[in-house]
Amino acid sequence: MATKSTTAERARPASEPGTLVLLCLAAWAIPGAGHFWLGRAQKGVVFLVALTMLFALGLVLQGRLFPFDLSEPLVALAAFANAGLGLPWVAGRMLGLGGGVVTAATYEYGNTFLIVSGLLNFLVILDAFDIAVGRK
Amino acid sequence: MSSHLLLLVLFAVPVSAVFAALSREEPREQFRTGAMMFGGFVAAALVLGWLMFPFPL
Repeated sequence: MATKSTTAERARPASEPGTLVLLCLAAWAIPGAGHFWLGRAQKGVVFLVALTMLFALGLVLQGRLFPFDLSEPLVALAAFANAGLGLPWVAGRMLGLGGGVVTAATYEYGNTFLIVSGLLNFLVILDAFDIAVGRK
Repeated sequence: MSSHLLLLVLFAVPVSAVFAALSREEPREQFRTGAMMFGGFVAAALVLGWLMFPFPL
């Protein structure tokens, strides 16, 4: 009879420090990439689709990709949260998307979608890290 | 795209899916947890909406 494997029994696919850094960078750049790397493709697909969709909806709702303006601490925090999504955020910034339309009825909704997508990706990165070091 | 309920649903679907995938290992459990979380999002919003209905007094 098959039994559920324990954490200790599972292989550690990426326990070297250099590999862990690369894993976290990949997980940051592409949502779910860390889970794909670790062989958890099903979770990787969920993260890729859900977080990219959340980010795209945020842009459609005319939310803003905040700049790193340290003179405005809340703006800087929002920028840090936005940056959590990696390449979609980089692409959005390079393409000039996420200008934000303050007068739009959906502006605050858009901001929420964009910020939450980045913050959730930070959680996903931590989850991939935990799996890689054998904690999960 | 200006319906609050639609926007709530659009927000709740991916957020529930991510939290469910983070907290459960088996796809069946993930689906169940995600569905419960999604229901919780929508139900809480409706209840709070009704509670706030009389305000401002």
